Amino acid sequence: MTILVIAEHDNVHLKAATLNVAAAAVQIGGEIHVLVAGFNAAGVATEAAKISGVSKVLVADSTALADGLAENVAEQVLALASSYSHILFAATASGKNVSPRVAARLDVAQISEIQAVDSADTFQRPIYAGNAIATVQSTDAIKVITVRTTGFDALAQDGSAVVESIEAVAAVGLSSFIGREVAKSDRPELAGARVVVSGGRGMGSLENFKILDPLADKFGAALGASRAAVDAGYAPNDWQVGQTGKIVAPQLYVAVGISGAIQHLAGMKDSKVIVAVNKDAEAPIFGVSDYGLVADLFTAVPEIVAAL
Amino acid sequence: MKVLVPVKRVVDYNVKVRVKSDQSGVDIANVKMSMNPFDEIAVEEATRLKESGAASEVIAVSCGVAQCQETLRTAMAIGADRGILVQTDAELQPLAVAKLLKEIAQKEQPQLIILGKQAIDDDANQTGQMLAALLGWSQATFASKIEMGDGIARVTREVDGGLETLELKLPAIVTTDLRLNEPRYVTLPNIMKAKKKQLDTFTPEDLGVDVNPRLKTVKVCEPPARSAGIKVPDVAALVDKLKNEAKVI
Repeated sequence: MTILVIAEHDNVHLKAATLNVAAAAVQIGGEIHVLVAGFNAAGVATEAAKISGVSKVLVADSTALADGLAENVAEQVLALASSYSHILFAATASGKNVSPRVAARLDVAQISEIQAVDSADTFQRPIYAGNAIATVQSTDAIKVITVRTTGFDALAQDGSAVVESIEAVAAVGLSSFIGREVAKSDRPELAGARVVVSGGRGMGSLENFKILDPLADKFGAALGASRAAVDAGYAPNDWQVGQTGKIVAPQLYVAVGISGAIQHLAGMKDSKVIVAVNKDAEAPIFGVSDYGLVADLFTAVPEIVAAL
Repeated sequence: MKVLVPVKRVVDYNVKVRVKSDQSGVDIANVKMSMNPFDEIAVEEATRLKESGAASEVIAVSCGVAQCQETLRTAMAIGADRGILVQTDAELQPLAVAKLLKEIAQKEQPQLIILGKQAIDDDANQTGQMLAALLGWSQATFASKIEMGDGIARVTREVDGGLETLELKLPAIVTTDLRLNEPRYVTLPNIMKAKKKQLDTFTPEDLGVDVNPRLKTVKVCEPPARSAGIKVPDVAALVDKLKNEAKVI
């Protein structure tokens, strides 16, 4: 049994999500290869080769793969697929984009967002916004899987795998990349942060959201937001924590002015410790929080900052 | 240009589902069902394309039990011109749905197919990409903006860390993200008009598609419950608990 892990990267650095996906591969068991499909991504390959337990890193280098276009990356994976029993992607925007395309072409079912491995063909995945956990068994010859990164602890980078160049596929030519708008942030990446401070509709405005900055600074935390806050324009899209945004599982999650709708809880209820600050004592968020403070956030947040 | 919009009937997003005691699945008997929220956004976008003159006809399609007709009527009340139901009582997984939609797409020859990015029941996020793969078409998932040009679609996508813009050759597949648009409320006159619109029905056998599930659901259980927390009286107590009890700071 050989497992192919598709590396998540920006052509410069390997994204941390790959370490969690490789951890899922270790649990499945077998030889692990990593595919780096990109352009001028030698640095990524070097980082991937250090992942503990990985035996080989395959590098496909081509301008066709530079921007992660689904059509091209899927062809690259398909060119290798027949040698593998499992093909694993991170359940990130890019992994979810490419993976079903690979599965359909192989005529196999894709198993989405696994959060636990029961055996080489049986996996656990959340359904209904995390309100139920389904255990599913695949009978397909090649298992195409996306891995929910918060379900697996990242592997160490103390290995030394062989790096091998492989032939890159030609561009499919169905789509082209026009541009990218990257949201700037000096804070840790939301999905990997140790502490996350999130604001909800209760923040009231874009200006008021800044009240969370000093709190996040004290914790070295990433900032997040509920869908209500994002939809109201208080916070950018990529801060959204929830079923339709990012799934996080930090050591500490601080929910400020967030009522705790099902869709939000689906994105954060696996956090180790949850703190809720809300003036409504009946808010559902208090049903999942370890420590709840019923208070006006505009007085409580500065007080917490002062007390830390 | 024809636009095809697949829609799914799912448990309403406001319903808190319960797992059946025999762990065979989620209890969906007698719960409110609605159109998947991402699909509503897809129908709205297709309708706007028609209103702007970019599309000539919008066709809604749904696969599943007879009651999916209601979902199709909702799509027609928003603005779809006609509906197609692929009726079956079988459990449909994304790969099977993608194969059914491929057959419908080959009959109807749309230039654009807009799907929701994921259904809120199985949370799979697969069908659009699978359909694009089976048809050999271009794809843009998680769209927050669609602009139609001559033989192309320019789509802005929500990706981790920001936005990216792609240009797709038509025919193409687009899947919707939440911020693509705000679906309109359906009005009573439009609900009445939707009842008169054409609705064709096929079966998977008519389309020659094997819909047997590939993934076996072994069991469905409740997620582990979080142990009940406490409410702290003030900020000092909260910080003390975090430092000395939870030891996270």
